[in-house]
Order: sequence, then structure tokens, then C-alpha cells
Amino acid sequence: MSLLEVQDLKKYFPVKKGILSRTIGEVRAVDGISFTLERGETLGVVGESGCGKTTMGRSILRLIEPTSGQVFFNGRDILRLRGEELRKMRASFQIIFQDPFSSLDPRMSVGQIISEPLRNHLSGSRSEIKDRVAHLLNRVGLHPSQMGRYPHEFSGGQRQRIGIARALALNPLAIVCDEPVSALDVSIQAQVINLLVELQEEMNLSYIFIAHDLSVVEHISDRVAVMYLGRIVELASDQALYENPVHPYTQALLSAVPVPDPDMRKKRIILEGDVPSPIHPPTGCAFHPRCPARRNRCSRERPELLDLGNGHFVACHEK
Amino acid sequence: MKEQDKPLLTIEGLHTCFHTLDGIVNAVDGVDMVVYRGETLGLVGESGCGKSVTALSVLRLLACPPAEIQGAIHFQGVDLLGLDREGIRRIRGNAISMIFQEPMTSLNPVLTIGEQIAESVRLHQNLSGKEAWRWAETMLEMVQIPGPKQRAKDYPHKLSGGMRQRAMIAMALSCNPQLIFADEPTTALDVTIQAQILNLMQDLKQEFHTSIVLITHDLGVIAEMASRVIVMYAGQVVEEAPVRELFKNPRHPYTQGLLGSVPVIGKKAKMGRRLQEIPGVVPGPLETPGGCRFHPRCPKVADLCRREAPLETVLGEHRRVRCWLAA
Repeated sequence: MSLLEVQDLKKYFPVKKGILSRTIGEVRAVDGISFTLERGETLGVVGESGCGKTTMGRSILRLIEPTSGQVFFNGRDILRLRGEELRKMRASFQIIFQDPFSSLDPRMSVGQIISEPLRNHLSGSRSEIKDRVAHLLNRVGLHPSQMGRYPHEFSGGQRQRIGIARALALNPLAIVCDEPVSALDVSIQAQVINLLVELQEEMNLSYIFIAHDLSVVEHISDRVAVMYLGRIVELASDQALYENPVHPYTQALLSAVPVPDPDMRKKRIILEGDVPSPIHPPTGCAFHPRCPARRNRCSRERPELLDLGNGHFVACHEK
Repeated sequence: MKEQDKPLLTIEGLHTCFHTLDGIVNAVDGVDMVVYRGETLGLVGESGCGKSVTALSVLRLLACPPAEIQGAIHFQGVDLLGLDREGIRRIRGNAISMIFQEPMTSLNPVLTIGEQIAESVRLHQNLSGKEAWRWAETMLEMVQIPGPKQRAKDYPHKLSGGMRQRAMIAMALSCNPQLIFADEPTTALDVTIQAQILNLMQDLKQEFHTSIVLITHDLGVIAEMASRVIVMYAGQVVEEAPVRELFKNPRHPYTQGLLGSVPVIGKKAKMGRRLQEIPGVVPGPLETPGGCRFHPRCPKVADLCRREAPLETVLGEHRRVRCWLAA
């Protein structure tokens, strides 16, 4: 049994208008997503802004209430949990946020931030909790003497380490990492990625690693899902996806990444236009207006995510 | 000397500092650089290294005080720092223009795109209102905005991020400048849109023969766009090299660290799961380390580095490095 199994997850946001806030439409931010996650595995999720990757991450944890679907974590459907059960589940399924500046309470000291989950979920004496916080700070590369300091006294990279320590406090099984390094400088980014990799090996953690940077996702992931307008268009092992991308969107996305090697200046596949608005998604395949390989059929029928073998899934009529 | 070999812009001993309540922040501390006609010069570094302040100093877009600019900046023989307000205003947006990082905050939200582009040609090229508007439409068409006549009447909030950046580029190009400072022009954009904008910039550069100073932290963008690269750290130039040379044979430990710390698609097997990291953090503006500014983070640090600041060592034409080990 997989640690996490997501089935047909949907999140529609209502679009309201006017003085009576009538609902005039909906934004299909996440529109039927299914995948699994194993113990100790990293699933990378890539896509451009507005593709629903963040909403997906938050819906799984029920930080946003999903519209429908099923999310089995350790065999239990998270979407059916209530009150105390939900609270307990969250102890073993944590999240690291993108912005290290807004995700830490500025009025709490680092010690309070990291000990909050401990105080809420475990019983322990004050000194036991303090020891645990010191241990966690050490583990993420900060000094225990910094426990009394406040978030503003730390740099971006250090704040992200505090966020990681907070997520680790209760020995979780899985962590949703929502763009954990995109706000950081290049040299600091490598430090945080290395830390996440070490922690995973040590604690057999599972990650859902959401990012828009394809090179970072390739580096850290075992499998990668590519999202476009609320749906997964391709899902495959890291190697298969990067060496042999099948979906035209994945191909274009990969070809667009600038490579830090002047001898590898390559022909890019330039997509026309922008990502369409999820309020008025195109008919059929959502990618068809920008697709260089579109056929008549693509504007009429929506392709299903099908297995090509070896767990390489793709949603495209041409394949 | 051929026209092309003459430098368009020379910066010598540029010092830009800010007088703050906490003390003097030396944002740019002794920077020399040259920009030639028709070239793309890459300016790389992490936040706070002084790359944006260098561009703002050239255009004199910093309020003085609190800023204080010293040194010499010559553009086609004209001393930019010696010009009065009217003099620099004639050059800014005309012969030298700038593309900013965040098109949402750098465009005026209460003016239409067309008005903003027309404004600069009206001021600099003495066109009438009508002519300027027509020119704005032409520029929008040039940067491949669909329906330029309609779009010129739109306000910035109606455009997507990529479209806004195109409009910015149209504005920067509207007076046919000789030099453009592009400060992180694609950082806020998605990767497929980034590819569109980079392509557009390359095409336009070919067509207008404009020089571009491309400021970015993204080494991938540098490798694709630049012909020569300057790496900055803590307000100083630490290395300069032609682009191939820099990626093949980086001489400064900081450049080596930067190149090693970015994951590259397709090289995972070779690089392993651990990225090479540069330990420590970028020094804060008021805590510049003594000796070599990089020494607290340098893997090859020697005693000399802690005591004395290294000078630039010239290794060849457009090849210099600020490191004791390379000297």
C-alpha cells in the first residue's frame, strides 16, 4: 500500500460578482488529479504559475477544503477525518511554505515557533521540549543558542531552515514542500536542497516537492508530475520524463529552460501565447491552443491520463 | 580603431554608498567595467552584490542624498556624473534605457500602455501627440503584442506578466537607445514566457544593434545570452571573462561555487544527489568582512586572504580575477 494515494482530487473556487455575491462561474484550480506517493519517495510537481500546483498541495492537507476526491494517507481517507483525528493526522503530514518571510510569526521566538507543534501534540516537561528544539535546530544547521531570537534576525535561508525544523518537530512521514527554495539566492538554494536530501535519507521521509524550477525538481525527485491548468499532463520517473518527454507541453517546458553551458545553446520550442485563464479553460485538451502538434480532435475531446508502460503516464491524443 | 571596438560605456572606480541611520553602506565599492557596441554583457551575482545599484548609478536614478556616487562614468565620451539634471534627463530613456524586473510595479498603473510609451518619444524625439501615439503602436507591434492598436489603450493591470514585460521592452526601445540595462528582465516570468522574451530580446538586439547589460542571478540565462560576463560579490567585481571561458575555466572560488551549486538538467547522475554548496551567507550591507570579502565562505581560504584584500589580477584581455590564489 502506498503511503499516500490521491484519487480524482478536485478544487473549484466559486467566482462571485455583484452586491449579492452571486456565483457566476468557477475556477477549476485542481481538476481531477490522481497519483500515489511511496515511503521515502520524492514526487516532484512542476508547472507554470496558475497551473494549480500550490492549491493541489494545500488541498491534500486540507488547508484548503477540496471540492471532491479521495486522499488516502496511511490507509485512511483524509477528507473524511474530523476534529481530533484530522489534527492527529497532520502531525505526520507536514508542509514547508514558499515564502520564509511570511510563513513565520514575527512575534514568536524561534524556540516558540518550533516548540508549538510539540506543545500541541506531545506531553513533555519544559526541559524535554527545550532539548528537542535544540536538537532540531542543530539538525537543520542552526545554533541552539539562537532559540530566543525572532524571525527578523535571520536571513532568508536561515528562516527556511526554521520552517523545516518546525515541519520536522513531530517526526512526520511526509512533507509537502511548496516552492521551498525559490525565494533563496543560488548559493543558499543548494544548502537547503542538500539539507532536505539528507533529512530524507535519515528519516525515510516522503516529499511532494512543488516548484517551477525544472532543474531543481529534476535534481531532487524520483518521479515528476507536470501540471497544466489543474490537471496532470505527464507523470513519469525522473529519468524517463527528462530524457524522453512525451507530452508536447513537457517538451516545450524542458526546451525553454536555459542551460548554464554556453556550448549547449539549443533550439528552443517557443510556445505561443500565455497560459489560458482557468475560469474559461479551452475545450478538449486544455493545451491545444498553444500546442505545436494539435489536431482537430484535440479541441473536442479531453485526453485521459494513460499509462504508456513502466509507469509513464501521459494525457495526449497523439501518443 | 573600428567603430565597433570603441567602448560605448566606461565605468572607472565607481563607488556608490548610502548614508543610513545605521552607518554608511558601501553598495558598490570600486567597480570598473567597459561595455562595447552591440554586445551583451552579463552581470551576475546574488542579492545585495551591487549589480542593480551599478545600473542605477549609471542612469543616476538614485536619490542623492542618501546615496553618494563617486568615480567616473563615460558614455560616448560624455561624463555622466558631471551632467546637470537636464543633461542626464536627455540621455536617460533616450540613449540609455532600462528594463526593470517587476513590470507590475515599474509601469504606471493609472496610465495606459500607449501613453507611457508615447511619453518618452514625445519628450525625447519631439514628436507630436498623434505621431507619438502611432509610434507607440508600432513599438507594441514590434515586440509582438497581439492587437497592438487595442492593447495601447489598455492599462497595465489588464495585461499578463509576459505582455507587461513586452510593453516594458517596447518602452525601453522606443527611442532607439544605444544601451539598455536589463535588470532581471525575466526573473518574474514563467519559463515558457521567459523563453519568448529572451528570443525577442535577441532578435531586437540583432535588428537595432543595441548593447545590453543583462543583470541576472540566473547562470542559465547568462550562458544563453551574454558574450562576456562580470561576476560581482559584496560590491566588487570578483571575476570577468568571455562567457565560454567563465563556464569552462572559472578562476574565482566564488564563481566556481556558483557554477557548482546550480542543478543542471541531465547531469544528475554525474553530480550525485548532493549539490556543491557555498557555506555561510552573503554578508549583510553593514558587515563586510575584512581582507578578501569572500574569505569566510571560501573553501580555499589562506591566511593572507583573512589579512589583506586581494587586488584585481589581469589575466588577459577582458579576463581578470580578484583572488590571491589566481595572482
